[in-house]
Amino acid sequence: MLKTTSERLGGLFSYSNLLSCFYQTLTAGIVIACAYYLLLATQENLEARHIESGFSFLTQEAGFPIGDSLISYSPSDSYGRALLVGIINTFVAAILCIFLATIVGIVMGVAQVSGNPLIARMAEVYVEVMRNIPVLLILLFVYGVVLVGLPSVKQAIEFIPDGFLSQRGIFVPRPIAGDNFIYLMLSLGLGIIGTVFFLKWAKKTLDATGKSYPTIWISLALVIIPPVITQAVFNDVLTWEAPELKGFNFKGGWVFRPEFAALVFGLVLYRGAFIAENVRSGIVSVQKGQREAATALGLSSDRTMRDVVLPQALRTVIPSTTNDYASLVKDSSLAIAIGFPDMVSIGGTMIGQNGQAIEVIAIWMGVYLCINLIISLLMNIANNKFQLVER
Amino acid sequence: MTMVFQPSPDMPPPASQTGLLHWVRNNLFNSFANGLLTIIGLAILANIIPPLVNWLLIDAIFQGTAETCRQGQGACWAFVDAQIKLFLLGPYPTELAWRPIFSAVLLFGLFIITARHMLKTAHLVVAWLILPLPIYWLIGGGLGLEVVDTSEWGGLMLTLVLAVVGILASLPIGVLLALGRSMQNKVIKGFCICVIELVRGVPLVTILFMATIMLPLFLPTDVEIGILYRVQFGIILFSSAYIAEVVRGGLQGVDKGQGEAAVALGLNRWKTTIFIILPQALKIVIPPLIGRCIALLKDTSLVVVVGLLDFLGIAKAASQDAEWLGFDAEAFVFCAFIYWVLCFSLSRYGRSLEKRGQVGHH
Amino acid sequence: MKKLAVNKSTGKKISGMMIAGLALFATQASAGTLDDVKARGHINCGVSEGVPGFSNPNSDGVWSGLDVDMCRAVSAAIFGESDKIKFVPLASKQKILAVVTGQVDLTSRTTTWTMKRDTKEGVDFTTIVFYDGQGFMTRKDLGVSSAKELDGATVCVTSGTTTELNLADFARANNLNFEPVVFEGKKEAVNAYRSGRCDALTTDNSQLASFRTTMPDPSAHVVLPEVISKEPLSPLVKHGDNQWKDLVTWTINGLITAEELGVTQKNVSNLAEAQRNNPTVQRMLGASGEYGSYIGLENNWMVNAISAVGNYGEIFDRNLGKDSPLNLPRGTNALWQDGGLMYVAPLR
Repeated sequence: MLKTTSERLGGLFSYSNLLSCFYQTLTAGIVIACAYYLLLATQENLEARHIESGFSFLTQEAGFPIGDSLISYSPSDSYGRALLVGIINTFVAAILCIFLATIVGIVMGVAQVSGNPLIARMAEVYVEVMRNIPVLLILLFVYGVVLVGLPSVKQAIEFIPDGFLSQRGIFVPRPIAGDNFIYLMLSLGLGIIGTVFFLKWAKKTLDATGKSYPTIWISLALVIIPPVITQAVFNDVLTWEAPELKGFNFKGGWVFRPEFAALVFGLVLYRGAFIAENVRSGIVSVQKGQREAATALGLSSDRTMRDVVLPQALRTVIPSTTNDYASLVKDSSLAIAIGFPDMVSIGGTMIGQNGQAIEVIAIWMGVYLCINLIISLLMNIANNKFQLVER
Repeated sequence: MTMVFQPSPDMPPPASQTGLLHWVRNNLFNSFANGLLTIIGLAILANIIPPLVNWLLIDAIFQGTAETCRQGQGACWAFVDAQIKLFLLGPYPTELAWRPIFSAVLLFGLFIITARHMLKTAHLVVAWLILPLPIYWLIGGGLGLEVVDTSEWGGLMLTLVLAVVGILASLPIGVLLALGRSMQNKVIKGFCICVIELVRGVPLVTILFMATIMLPLFLPTDVEIGILYRVQFGIILFSSAYIAEVVRGGLQGVDKGQGEAAVALGLNRWKTTIFIILPQALKIVIPPLIGRCIALLKDTSLVVVVGLLDFLGIAKAASQDAEWLGFDAEAFVFCAFIYWVLCFSLSRYGRSLEKRGQVGHH
Repeated sequence: MKKLAVNKSTGKKISGMMIAGLALFATQASAGTLDDVKARGHINCGVSEGVPGFSNPNSDGVWSGLDVDMCRAVSAAIFGESDKIKFVPLASKQKILAVVTGQVDLTSRTTTWTMKRDTKEGVDFTTIVFYDGQGFMTRKDLGVSSAKELDGATVCVTSGTTTELNLADFARANNLNFEPVVFEGKKEAVNAYRSGRCDALTTDNSQLASFRTTMPDPSAHVVLPEVISKEPLSPLVKHGDNQWKDLVTWTINGLITAEELGVTQKNVSNLAEAQRNNPTVQRMLGASGEYGSYIGLENNWMVNAISAVGNYGEIFDRNLGKDSPLNLPRGTNALWQDGGLMYVAPLR
């Protein structure tokens, strides 16, 4: 529309071009002047406050302890490594939350349009309650409930054999690779390759003859059975390290600390409701005729859902869910409120120690922007795939 | 005497085809899978509802002291009752409570006027945009009113101030950013894209940190800004970027012909944008804007992290009061309930607007 | 010369406001903190978010505690009234930055005097108001009698404090393995300990004593004997404003000297008359010399300060000691003549 103006003006085209050039230079000048002024003010401030600048602090000794760490870390390690611990924690929490929230979202979304009015109402209540409460409140509440509701470590509940639940977290046995572990990996690899071939073959048969197989179950069997056989036939393949109550706490095994568990649970509860709403509106947006046609062709109701409705719903679900994934990752920064050492919480400690706020905040921004880019990239790929299916 | 055929009245349908039983059979137990789902659902409800109702209402203690509560089994609403002033106003001086209350009346009055279309749209827009001024004046004082320092603002009042001022101030900024993003001037366009995408790319917590810790570093050494204003600035910045994206969607949604027609009528591009495109775009985006209001209202709770005592912050603090120690659950449930009422009614309002499709335009 | 400086700073102020776009909310500040404070009419005093005995608001929002009284004394010394203060609750992460950025004029918030803070972080410490040390509190039923038996224990700790660093040092030096749970605020850490998330809580011993009183059953908790660090707590001010630093330092030194001399809240108003031949008392109460003017105040500054809050001993007893629920012993915080560490430079 703006272009048409200049086109209509015809003769004045070069004049308006010149004018726009002038305006652009002017605005650029103003922006640069402001930036320069801010830079000066900042430098003056930093000097007045004896705050260093630059990233050299990342190699200094951190000195503070961190509770949850997936890589080895001790207080004598550097600030850089401490921050890396936080970044890894953020990534792990984000990935786990995205995975679980997707499952919750799909289940609750489908339940909302279920033919069973009881289930539909229950799912609706869940969605409407969770969507209208601040996520921080949910996190604090969940963490509070976790702390008060769980038994003390001495009275831990054994919820599965050698798996314990207490105020200190969820402890489960940890797999340890033995000498013959390589066979397990080989059999698993073979199983996966077999599954891929089977799926290709099944699709071909389906397209050619219309004969369908219970692909999910057969694939699962193909992936699971070979490793199980390997475990039975060879010895020293995989052993389990069971957590054991020693002194103050459980030793060994894998542990999910209450802070981490509360963070994941709270975020999944909250964001799952949003994804459920996306899924519901996606399903509703699929034309009624599609469903009726599928039923008329004799497809069962769950196959109608799986093969006809959901793939089409995904076209509207994916873009809005991309936003929700991004929000979920950003929400993980609320870990700070319940004591889980994510990137923001560890960075905050570093700011408190050396005052280098600008650098730390720049790192935060960089990492979040990276995560967001990764998410939108992956979701774009998924989106393109489903757009192609639509033709 | 003529015999007139008199049909006997219809028999009622058989019992199995009507009534509750029929409905239950047809909807809840019409297949094996559905029946199973119903039973699972009922089991979940049976495990959740009775203890919840017991705790919330039946066993709850509505009056008394902390001691009575500790002896009881249910929720201690006496605690909320005792601390209600703290929940609503924070440490605000009690004798001046009429000022925030009057502000709240202004806010809800304007809301009702808007919802019922009692004023012209242009007047409404002006009224909303100047609303922060009387609110700040009433609550903060000055110009004849006793000054109440921002460090004494708190509770639900602070939450509402942060959210209402945040959304009202970020609307014009967001519109400007959106217009800037759709401009041809590459510098302005680039600048707007940078601001929007940078802000949208990071969590609000980091923006609040930035506003509280970093903003003072950017300003000249001899300028001080109170923490509340810095946090408010951060919230406005954050909200503006999101509103800009919503408005941009609206701008793209306006029929191209509208702009072309305006140009054909001889309007220049500024007039076209301001009087033709923008009003239509804003009308389209009212429902998503209400969505942003809800999101912002919830997001203001994050100011706890930088030490402000908003509604959630007060709920946390109140339950750590030495006398009422250990009633966190009540504080959180009360807090959640108020948030829920506010957000849910807003979202219903938004949905009703969406359903009408056509927003009243007088 | 002076005019020039004013103009320059005004010019900067105006452009700064424009940049900020927040001209309405910006308040003005200039070179000297004391001038700013006088012009503003009150002190901005950074305190904790609530540590009983040091700085804690009651349900009406009135602050009390040892740290709070230090601010009140400064206010009284400047304005003659002890309530010309705005208390700003600070999280531990902000306590240094708030003073550096000028958000508060002084932070009086259980802050440990360390070399790094003093030299590298843009602040100056004034004078030590409390000698503390970090310790551990555990449940009695764990049967632990020494912190060295805590190997493998889960420990609740607050982030952004020397406490966190001391814990790591102690663990390293004694080859112990703690599992730290790090919280933003003291209240969260105490809450988590109370609910059983941690085996032990670590912070300064004085605060442990105060938190112990807030436990449902205080006698079920025990503070372990080890003191793992030196924590000299001192109010702090921005680096580089010597006049302001001197003012705060000597007001607090005066309170401690007052205890040495037996000057109390009650007798301060007529002591200058009563003890005509005690030169130290005469100097301190402004009856002789011009000591107040050395720090830019009236000569009766100490009379105002003491009649507002009392001498150091009275402040201690009221907030932490025998007249308070905490009932801490004076211990290291007794005067030097009573075998403690409280020893300040003479007021002359």
